[in-house]
Amino acid sequence: MKNAIEIRNLTKDYKDVRAVDNLNLEIREGELFALLGVNGAGKTTTIKMLCCITQPDEGDALLNGNSICSDSDKVKRIIGVSPQETAVAKNLSVMENLQLMCGVHGFDKETSAKKIETMIEQFSLQKVRNKKACKLSGGWQRRLSIAMALISDPEILFLDEPTLGLDVIARSELWDKIRSLKGKMTVILTTHYMEEAEELSDRIGVMRDGHLLAVGTAAELKKQTGKEKFEEAFIALVKGGER
Amino acid sequence: MRRMLTFAKRTLNEILRDPLTVAFGLGFPLVILLLLSLIQANIPVQMFELQHLTPGITVFGLAFMTLFSAQLVCHDRESAFLTRLYTTPLRGHEFILGYLLPVLPLCVAQSIICYIAALILGLQFSINIIWAILMNLVPSLFFVSMGLLCGSVMTDKQVGGICGALLTNLTAWLSGVWFDISNLGSAISKFANLLPFIHAVELERAVLAGNLSSVLPHLIWVICYAVVMLALAVFLFLRQMKKQ
Repeated sequence: MKNAIEIRNLTKDYKDVRAVDNLNLEIREGELFALLGVNGAGKTTTIKMLCCITQPDEGDALLNGNSICSDSDKVKRIIGVSPQETAVAKNLSVMENLQLMCGVHGFDKETSAKKIETMIEQFSLQKVRNKKACKLSGGWQRRLSIAMALISDPEILFLDEPTLGLDVIARSELWDKIRSLKGKMTVILTTHYMEEAEELSDRIGVMRDGHLLAVGTAAELKKQTGKEKFEEAFIALVKGGER
Repeated sequence: MRRMLTFAKRTLNEILRDPLTVAFGLGFPLVILLLLSLIQANIPVQMFELQHLTPGITVFGLAFMTLFSAQLVCHDRESAFLTRLYTTPLRGHEFILGYLLPVLPLCVAQSIICYIAALILGLQFSINIIWAILMNLVPSLFFVSMGLLCGSVMTDKQVGGICGALLTNLTAWLSGVWFDISNLGSAISKFANLLPFIHAVELERAVLAGNLSSVLPHLIWVICYAVVMLALAVFLFLRQMKKQ
């Protein structure tokens, strides 16, 4: 299968801290890949570099063949991003937020209208379509945030901690939505929740101190560490990676 | 163009849908105009005559536009909304225009409302009112650029303190809207004359009075400040965009 993302020696320093250290990774097309790690592991910095928000200090990454260093305009046309914080325009309605995303991607009125209806249906946003984003609950705001990331039909979708702070029901509903994307596009998910990574992803990468410690399916990582539960496997990997 | 216009429309909606913005941006200058006119009706002071006071109030009101622009840019930065938009094809100049352009019509609307109120209170209509409203776009560019600059480098709290308190006070005290700055002594008067606020007010007063010979010196001051502020705002916005 073709690689959607090829990361080569990606490195990022913030003053005297190396946030990402010589990262090498390949993610296959249509795969749902989870990046796991404790706080400060380098997950968000990696995502920021792949989304062309932050310039790497060394290395490069190809997203469907486009370099994040030299082809950032092309990369921006094929990605969708739902940031860690719920990044919506608070005084705009659900519809207007979606219209905004269509507009900044340069879609014409007709195309925008079609895309907005598709997203509203796909994310069951009908009953809140005219509500201001600031009046929505956390769960609905997350749904809107992901719908905004998906409206441009991205080839690669980045979800940075998409269920952070949500209650069990809202999280379960969002999992269903994320699961429904599997195979349709490449999804890179960062999360703190072990069960989320295990439940949703095809493969998992575990990071610590800017290094990639291990990559594999949840079953492979459990086997590698000799643990029965994935959470135990994660702890063993991270503690084993301590220096 | 479509991308920039979409973003600009969003900026306009965000500002107009905030009730505090409407109350302060449009209501507060009107309240001051009414209060000072009331004082003028009881204790006549040349400074508070409508042809003298109204141009000053239209400039003072622009300080609130700085606050609103700065708050919006700062909130977008801190809420990661800008981070999301940085991953879209929207370019640096489209962000800048999308933040600046929609606030300029709001500045014009603010001036129009002030002049309508002044006409109701007894200001005599003249074509110079139209010129004064149009000329107010130059100080508007200065104030709105300052909003972009502050929003690009400050936190939400700093914006509240610096744009909300310091700038409105600077504009109120060092612009000569309510009193003659020369009464404060030569040092403060010289200092005030180095800043753009007093020149913006005198520019507007000269245009309204049809005193063309006085327009140019003040206009040059305000244009210079507006251009420098705009250049700084663009530089600092792009720098924070890159720093992400």
